[in-house]
Amino acid sequence: MTLILIFFLLLPVLAIVVVSFWQSTAYSYSPAFIFENYEFLLTSPVTLSVYLKTLMFTGITWLCCLLIGFTVAYFLAFHVRSLPVQIGLFLLCTVPFWTSNIIRMISWIPFLGRNGIANNALQDLGLIDEPLEWLLFSDFAVILAFVHLFTLFMIVPIFNSMMRLDRSLIEAAVDAGATGWQVLSNVIIPLTKPGIMIGSIFVITLVMGDFITVRFMSGGQSASVGRVISNEISLLQYPAASASAVILLLTVLIMIGTLLRFVDIRKEL
Amino acid sequence: MNSKRPFSFYVLTAFFSVFVLFLYGPTITIAILSFQGPRGGLTFPMNGVSLHWFGELFKQQAVGDIWGSFRRSFMLGLLVMVTTTIVSLMGGLAFRKHFRGSAIIFYLAITSLIIPSILISLGVGILFNILDWDVHWASSGFGSQLTWTLPFGLLIMFAVFNRFDSAYEEAARDLGASSWQTLRYVVLPIIGPSLIGVALFGFTLSYDEFARTLLTAGTYNTLPLEIYGMTTSVTTPVLFALGTFTTVFSFIVIALFAVIYKIISNKRASS
Repeated sequence: MTLILIFFLLLPVLAIVVVSFWQSTAYSYSPAFIFENYEFLLTSPVTLSVYLKTLMFTGITWLCCLLIGFTVAYFLAFHVRSLPVQIGLFLLCTVPFWTSNIIRMISWIPFLGRNGIANNALQDLGLIDEPLEWLLFSDFAVILAFVHLFTLFMIVPIFNSMMRLDRSLIEAAVDAGATGWQVLSNVIIPLTKPGIMIGSIFVITLVMGDFITVRFMSGGQSASVGRVISNEISLLQYPAASASAVILLLTVLIMIGTLLRFVDIRKEL
Repeated sequence: MNSKRPFSFYVLTAFFSVFVLFLYGPTITIAILSFQGPRGGLTFPMNGVSLHWFGELFKQQAVGDIWGSFRRSFMLGLLVMVTTTIVSLMGGLAFRKHFRGSAIIFYLAITSLIIPSILISLGVGILFNILDWDVHWASSGFGSQLTWTLPFGLLIMFAVFNRFDSAYEEAARDLGASSWQTLRYVVLPIIGPSLIGVALFGFTLSYDEFARTLLTAGTYNTLPLEIYGMTTSVTTPVLFALGTFTTVFSFIVIALFAVIYKIISNKRASS
């Protein structure tokens, strides 16, 4: 276990860090110790805008996933009464997780395209005259796909937290005269916080590191950090890609480190 | 709790239904579209109903090698599944006792789970390049997928063992069972169903894995890579047919695991 992790996790990361200081020639790269890659990366205005864009994607996706995920988990945990139904509905939510992400992305094409279902429906209803161009291959499509793919990562931990919540606490709150909202905001939300945190960690890291969804759903029009890296890789600019990767890794680790201060994962399982 | 459902119940039920529709709608759409007639395009309206595009799947493709990649994905999935199950079980058992460095390994696993997948891909690719080894789906691809499936399996095992009542083991030991017997006849039957879950995770996560395999698969593509390649070059519903095919395959795998799970649980209930 440890050996596998060391070999396929630690060594690769080290390799990236090392290579990020190497110099690149047209088609290959060679050992060196230069800061050129970082210098270029950190002074380029593109980097900043790409990071802002990625953070925007992350923020919006996170918010959508949180709202949807919390609502769904809340419904499953507190409004469905029999355990078999609960488990059945829960599985219904998790099954798509076990199917291919790429296929699920492709599935949006007939929905959002120029002659897609969404446009046709809106036109038939007389709401719009011309097909909306921004439905597919846009930032909207990217975020939609993210939410579609990753809400599950929010539902599962929150649901887990809610199921472990002691029901008598809610009863006590109700007996003490709390309204529905007060129970929700003063009892349920604080007690499901660990679940929310774990879900957030998943969603944030998945979105920050993503490049396929962005490339695919934006039709190549939007950039994100992951895409920049994958572009550099396809241009065989490994040192530059490594430098970007190191910066990305640091960003993600800082964000996660902050989140982890609020939750002890091991206790929550 | 009172027996009358509050108003919020209906609102939430509606919300949930919409969510499920959102989750499955697109998949169902492409499933329908894959039965498009031979002259149909990538979107509605349907131009007749046929199995034409499924037939195309079995013919020689202009680009790519669907069946070869499917076979490779399947093999790789099995390999990853077996490894993940065994290693997570051992890891889970080991972590029940505190040993030196356990915290480090735990955080290593967490890091492995949250590290952006393209980094693993890039890192393993570069590492193999430096070492002058060839990347191949069964070596580097296999390893990079394990960095994703192992932590998952390990976390599930943690969750399982956190709820595990060690009184059963003590009872077995008091009755004179050796530690191997305790494991074989007491622990394994109890956690068996969860192990099935771990195996399912291992297989499906590997079968669908894309980003981590991208730079580590070498010359021969796995199925997700193949599909990805097709999205840029194929503009016929054959893409949807392939999508439907893999989705159905995933469902079959899930159903298969569910059946095994059921059998094991029943056996346990009856014995």
